Amino acid sequence: MNNLIVLPLLIPLITAVILIFLSKRVKAQRWISLISILLNGGSVVLIMNQVQEKGIQTLYMSGWLPPYGIVFVADMFAVLLVMTTVIVAAGCLLYSFRTIGEEREKYYFYPFFQFLLAGVIGSFLTGDLFNLFVCFEVMLISSYALIVLGGTKRQLRETLKYMLINIISSALFVASMAYLYGVVGTLNMAHLSVRVAEAGQGGLLSVIAIMLLVVFSLKAGLFLFFWLPGSYRVPPTAVIALFGALLTKVGLYAMIRTFTLIFYHDQGFTHNIIAWMAIATMVLGGIGAVAYKDLYRILNYNVVISVGFIAFGLAVATKDSLDGTVLYLIHDMIAKALMFILGGMIISAAGTSKLGEMGGLIKRYPLLGWMFFILALALVGIPPLSGFPGKVLMVRGGLAEGEYLLTAIAVASSLIVLYSLMRVFIGAFWREDPLLPVQEKKKWHSSAYVSAIGLLVLVIGLGVGSEWIYSFAGQAAEVLTDPSIYIEAVLKE
Amino acid sequence: MELYMSIAIGVLFAVGVYLILSKSILRIILGTSLISHGVHLLLLTTAKLKTGAAPLLGEQAETYVDPLPQALILTSIVISFGVTSFFFVLAYKAYQRLGTDDMEELRGEEDE
Repeated sequence: MNNLIVLPLLIPLITAVILIFLSKRVKAQRWISLISILLNGGSVVLIMNQVQEKGIQTLYMSGWLPPYGIVFVADMFAVLLVMTTVIVAAGCLLYSFRTIGEEREKYYFYPFFQFLLAGVIGSFLTGDLFNLFVCFEVMLISSYALIVLGGTKRQLRETLKYMLINIISSALFVASMAYLYGVVGTLNMAHLSVRVAEAGQGGLLSVIAIMLLVVFSLKAGLFLFFWLPGSYRVPPTAVIALFGALLTKVGLYAMIRTFTLIFYHDQGFTHNIIAWMAIATMVLGGIGAVAYKDLYRILNYNVVISVGFIAFGLAVATKDSLDGTVLYLIHDMIAKALMFILGGMIISAAGTSKLGEMGGLIKRYPLLGWMFFILALALVGIPPLSGFPGKVLMVRGGLAEGEYLLTAIAVASSLIVLYSLMRVFIGAFWREDPLLPVQEKKKWHSSAYVSAIGLLVLVIGLGVGSEWIYSFAGQAAEVLTDPSIYIEAVLKE
Repeated sequence: MELYMSIAIGVLFAVGVYLILSKSILRIILGTSLISHGVHLLLLTTAKLKTGAAPLLGEQAETYVDPLPQALILTSIVISFGVTSFFFVLAYKAYQRLGTDDMEELRGEEDE
C-alpha cells in the first residue's frame, strides 16, 4: 500500500476542475497549469525512487484487496512512461502558451489538456482492465474536444471521422471485456494472468486476445492507421504534438501490457500476427512518408512508422528486444513531441505546409534549422543521440531470435525515416528562396524556444546518458519478461 | 435464454454496422448507439443469466444475480451517453458550417 501512486492522476484532475472556474483569466490558467505539471513531475520522481529501491508499488483503492477492488500498480515500466508523459506535457504546454491563441485559451483549452493528462497517466498506472477502458475514455473524450476546439470547417470534418473510429473501437473493447469476463470471471490484470495461465490459452482465449489486439491497434495506429494522417493535421501544433507523442503510445502500452502479462502462452500464434502487422505498418508508413509533399503528412506518417517499429520489439519479445522497446518508447515520445513542435515552427515560418513552396529558411532561422537537423538524426538513430540505444537492442534481439525479414524491414524503415526527414530539411532550409513572397521574419515568444530547446537537450541527454537510463529500463523489462513478479506484487501482499 | 440473447445481440450488431456504413451522419450516430446497446447486452449475457434475486441484500434470497456486470454496464452506459451527445452536437455544428450531412461530401484537403 502506497498512497503516493495516485498523485500523478489526482494532480491533473484537481487542476482541471480548478481551471474550469478560471476559464476567462488566461494568465492565471497558464501559471496554474505549469505549476501543476511541475508538482506532478516531483511526485513521479518520488515514486520512481521508491520503485527503484523497493520494487513494484501498489495501491488498493479504499483498501479492498485485489481482485475485488481496483488496484493501481506502479512498476518501473509504467512509471517511466508517466515520467515521459509529464515531460512531454510540460513541453507542449510551454509551446501552447503563445501559439494556441486567446480564443482557445478562454474556451477551456487548459482544463481539457489536464483531463487528457489524467486519462493518459491513469491508463499507465491502472491494474484493472475495465478501469483501463474508463481512463481510455477520459483521454479520448478530452482528445475529441481538443481536436475540434476552434471549430474550423476542416476540424469539424476530421473530428467526425476520428470520433466514429474511436467509438467503434471502444465498443469493441467493452465487447472483448465481456467475453473475457464470461470466460475467466475477473478483470484485474494480475488475476487475469493467473486465471489464463490456469485455463491454458486455448482457442477461445486466443480469439479474445486477437480482439484486444484489434482494439489497441485501432487506438495506436498499428496497421489500422487509416484515420491517423487526416485527424492529426487539423488541430493546432501544440495539440498535434501532444497527440503524436501520447495517444498512440497509450495504445502501444496497453498492447505490450496485455501480451506480456496476460496472453503470453501462445506466442507462435499471437506474436506472429503482431509481427506481420508491424511489417505492414512500417511498409505502408514508409510509403506515405516518401510519397507526400506536405509537411504535416510526412510527419504523421513518421508517427505511423515508429508505431510499427515499437510493435516489432513486442513481436520479438526477448529480454533484449523488450529492453530496447522500453528505451525506444521513451525516446520516441519525447522526439515525436519535438518533431511536431519544430514542424509547426517551420510551417508558421514558411507560411505554408507544402514542401515545394518552402525554401531558404536556413539564412533566416539558423537555430531552427540545426535543431531540426539534430532531431532528424536522433529519430533515425545516429549513435550519440537518443534513438540509437533502443534501436540497437531491438535489432540485436530480432537477429538473435532469427526474425530476419522483420528485422530487415525495421532497419530499412530507419533509412526511410532518414530520407523523408532529410527531404524536409533540404526542401525547407537549403533550397534557394521560395516562389512565395518572403514573409517577414517571425518572432516566437521565448516560451516556445524554451520548450523546443529543452526537449532537444533531453533528446541528446537520453542518448549520452543511455547507460543511466538503461538501469531503469532494464528493471522495467524484467517485469515484461517475467509476469510472476507483477502477479506477486499485486496479489501476494 | 443465452442463445436468444446472443441472436438479439447479433442482430443489433448487424443493424448497427449496416447503419454505420451508410452516408448520412444521423444514420451513423444511430448505428453507434445500436452497437453500444448490443455491447451492453453482451456484457449482461456473458456473465450468465442465472435466475436469482436482484442484487439487494434486503431480498434475503438464496442466490443473487452477478452484480459486477451491472456496475460495468452502468459505467459504460453513461460514457456512451456522453460521447453520443457530443457526437450529436458535433454533427449539428458540422451541418451548420459545412451545409451537408453526407459523409461522401466530407472528403478532401481544402479548408474552404
